[in-house]
Amino acid sequence: MNIVLLSGSTVGSKTSTAMKYLQSEINQLESEHQVQFFDLKELDLSFSDGRNYLDYSGDTLTLTTALMQADIIFIGFPVFQASIPGTLKNVFDLLPVNAFRDKVVGIIATAGSAKHYLIPETQLKPILGYMKAHIMQTYVFIEERDFSQGTIVNDDILFRLNALTTSTLRVAKVYAQVLEEENAQYDF
Amino acid sequence: MAILKMNENTPLEFGLYSLGDHLLNPENGQKVSYEQRIQELIEASQLAEQAGIDVFGVGESHQEHFTTQAHTVVLGAIAQATKTIKVSSSSSIISAADPVRVFEDFATLDLISHGRAEIVAGRASRTGIFDLFGLDLNHYDELYEEKLNLLMELNQTDKITWSGQFRPDLKNMKIFPRPIDNTLPIWRAVGGQPASAIKAGRQGIPMMITTLGGPAMTFKDAVDAYRETAEEHGFNTSPESLPVSTASLFYTANTTQDALREFYPHLNVGMSFIRGAGYPKQQFAHAPDHRDALMVGSPQQIIEKILYQHELYQHQRFMAQIDFGGVPFDKIMKNIELIGNEIIPGVKKHLKN
Repeated sequence: MNIVLLSGSTVGSKTSTAMKYLQSEINQLESEHQVQFFDLKELDLSFSDGRNYLDYSGDTLTLTTALMQADIIFIGFPVFQASIPGTLKNVFDLLPVNAFRDKVVGIIATAGSAKHYLIPETQLKPILGYMKAHIMQTYVFIEERDFSQGTIVNDDILFRLNALTTSTLRVAKVYAQVLEEENAQYDF
Repeated sequence: MAILKMNENTPLEFGLYSLGDHLLNPENGQKVSYEQRIQELIEASQLAEQAGIDVFGVGESHQEHFTTQAHTVVLGAIAQATKTIKVSSSSSIISAADPVRVFEDFATLDLISHGRAEIVAGRASRTGIFDLFGLDLNHYDELYEEKLNLLMELNQTDKITWSGQFRPDLKNMKIFPRPIDNTLPIWRAVGGQPASAIKAGRQGIPMMITTLGGPAMTFKDAVDAYRETAEEHGFNTSPESLPVSTASLFYTANTTQDALREFYPHLNVGMSFIRGAGYPKQQFAHAPDHRDALMVGSPQQIIEKILYQHELYQHQRFMAQIDFGGVPFDKIMKNIELIGNEIIPGVKKHLKN
């Protein structure tokens, strides 16, 4: 399967740290997956101006194409002003409607305060739902105190990230099988 | 207003159009040459004329996977190769062109074709043309509205004085040559949304609306809004004055199963190349339903779809896109044959009753 990990912030390190851990977890699993890692900090993206994503160039085209071709997407983001970062929203705006159809999406959120626990629920999931994603309902929420010196120091978070990885891959596998069965019954 | 002569011998004109798609044929992985692709289109227009089809349209796209960017040149060749079929753009991207030049080109096409030329003025669904001609995509709407209005004014007045944002002023200028009737039929291309249809109604200009897929009923809102708005603005909304045309992806074969099987690879690959996402099989499986706008099926199925849509829209013309996703020429010929032998007579018979 094509797996894309998107670290959805140009600021800070917590999200990147969590996403890199997640990547190492996936890499330890079965080897048939193609895994791509994108960190918005390292990309030079255009602002969406409404054109089809194929009409962009450079990093914008590379990222949007990878997302469109993915079977599984993990999105990590820090909470800014009680919502997702504008830079991450821009990525969604670059994509066409129904961009996440037949894709399974897992979510990781980092935040400075536990009070932001429902931000993925209220701010990100509605966008992913509109874009037709199959959303993993349980996400991993990580606070400032769970990090130290660029690593995750709370075992509970590590267990949750492991669980998110395996459950997302499981759902994607089941979904791919169902889709294949369904497609096989058509005579075209 | 332009003199738009609809065919009086049919309740619904039937047209074919192409954007000059130039894709790999997914069946054999082959891509024909530019030369062959353009020659095929010219030949298709002759076959269409022989099959009793009313209109042949060619559009421009200005990016990879398309051949007919110089669509007026191709239309000129088609005009010369045919005798009775109307020659139309499908569409001319007026936003990126100089309306004076477009008017000159189509007036000339009208003279070459002895009065068969029409313009469908579009806004561009792809943005390659903006990059190529150095236009700012932020002016997407303004460019279109200003240039379409100028084109309409050029059509209506012999001597023009005009000023705008995106083209040098015109002071008491005449445009040569004039078309045979002095004016050209000009349609506004509408992407399916009521907002654009309402603008067409406000301008009192014939509308060509794309009904690409999904439930046909969803486009009824736009058609109704078009006529209501035109009426509110004092235009004569009779079919002769403000006709409506629909434009759909099209594929027919002897049986619906054959049509589905033959067309799906083209639709899926074409959509992947052009829009960056394939066409889901689950969605395509709904295509044979007469209520689905996607025009794929046996001739009988297509007739049912056209009749159902005619009940909804009461439109005057149906335009079929015949070569989406690199449909090869032998299949295009078969489509034209089935349209001429079965679909057009079937539609006529039912609508006359």
